Amino acid sequence: MSEWEPKIVAFLCNWCSYGGADLAGVSRLQYPANIRIIRVPCSGRVNPKFILAAFRHGADGVWVSGCHPGDCHYIEGNYYARRKLTLFHKLLEYTGIEPGRLHFSWVSSAEATKFAETARQVVEAVKAAGPARHFIKKQAEVA
Amino acid sequence: MWNYTEKIREAAERLLAENRVDVVIGFRKGTLPLMNEPYLARSVDQVKQLYWDGNCGINLANYLPKRPDRVAIVAKGCDSRNIVVHLQENQIQREQLYILGAPCHGMLDRRKILADLKGREPLRVDETDGSVKVVGRDFEETLDRSSYLQENCGICLHRNPVIYDELLGDLVAEQTDVDRYQDVRQVEGKDAEQRWQYFEDLIAPCLRCYACRNACPLCYCPTCFVDEARPQWVGKSLDRTDTRTFHFLRAFHVAGRCTDCGACERACPVGIKVRQFTKKMEKDIKDLYGYEVGVKLEERPPLDTYKPGDPEPFFK
Repeated sequence: MSEWEPKIVAFLCNWCSYGGADLAGVSRLQYPANIRIIRVPCSGRVNPKFILAAFRHGADGVWVSGCHPGDCHYIEGNYYARRKLTLFHKLLEYTGIEPGRLHFSWVSSAEATKFAETARQVVEAVKAAGPARHFIKKQAEVA
Repeated sequence: MWNYTEKIREAAERLLAENRVDVVIGFRKGTLPLMNEPYLARSVDQVKQLYWDGNCGINLANYLPKRPDRVAIVAKGCDSRNIVVHLQENQIQREQLYILGAPCHGMLDRRKILADLKGREPLRVDETDGSVKVVGRDFEETLDRSSYLQENCGICLHRNPVIYDELLGDLVAEQTDVDRYQDVRQVEGKDAEQRWQYFEDLIAPCLRCYACRNACPLCYCPTCFVDEARPQWVGKSLDRTDTRTFHFLRAFHVAGRCTDCGACERACPVGIKVRQFTKKMEKDIKDLYGYEVGVKLEERPPLDTYKPGDPEPFFK
């Protein structure tokens, strides 16, 4: 039996972090393959519902990444995201999810090394937290 | 406070007779003691039904969003703050409103009173300054009013309305030495697993009746996230995960908008302390962004604005 590998959903903004991931790829930088990337137009697009849906469908960790504050393609989207996600993280932690499941970062499209480095950190943290136990939907979905 | 009834009737009669408003939103005496119901008086002959006592805890701001007519509304401290939120969110225009401010002494928690009556049925309840007299078939009890207040009223910092056109009585002294977040800090002190279990136990009796949502003045979305089907973000089953997702997202939706009026907890048929979720958001918003909901009309709600230097404790 092979070692358990976590599944991590990454919401990356189209303009910065997705570009950063792309650059990491073309630069042949090595990072763990546990990350499933979902491209979003802006980190401000990430709705808390998305993150909960990822957990509900069995993700062990979620990572949201966007442009550095001040560099948003839409001028201010990531400023709103910063408030929204900070509060979301606080509430999630408060209601008892283990630390190390939810990660946020700012990665620009030139920061391929930061992308690979952050990916390594995220995977390590989620591995330390172990397989997800909370927020997973165990019964069948009914419409 | 119990003598606002005459003032409300007088004001309602005047406003309706002068055709200043089309409707007066207030309370009338419920069919059961300790239960008053919202009442919309539309003509002068209906105003004598309007009533006021310590059982007017329902938040009347819930009746305002998207109203086309001119409205007079009786507003306690929390109601007035929710009216401010509605004005900020363009749910109603200030010109449509005539606010009858009701300085509040806190509302009674009927569950606490009923629990202490141990099954005996109250038939009449009289309030005097500082005490509540409950009369039943063969008993009579006088209770200390301050120990039977709703939990949120006990820690309320805005008993006086923050916005009004006319006051129904003298302003009351605001409470000063209250610790609003004692219970939140207590939960924060536990470790992650204990916190998870705490909330698991807290919401275990939930029926998903959505009474908390319906009683909430902030829940006016045309389609609530729990009713969305494609994509479906919250399952409709009684699965633990779905119930938790509902409570979690409900709290998040009212973050930076909730005035802690207690309507949700009051409406819950199984007595879940749903304010445990919303109060955490209130506390964090105060700590991080220094914002208090519904106090200043000109301020934007905290999630609708930003500062370049906002704290970012979780970002790599």
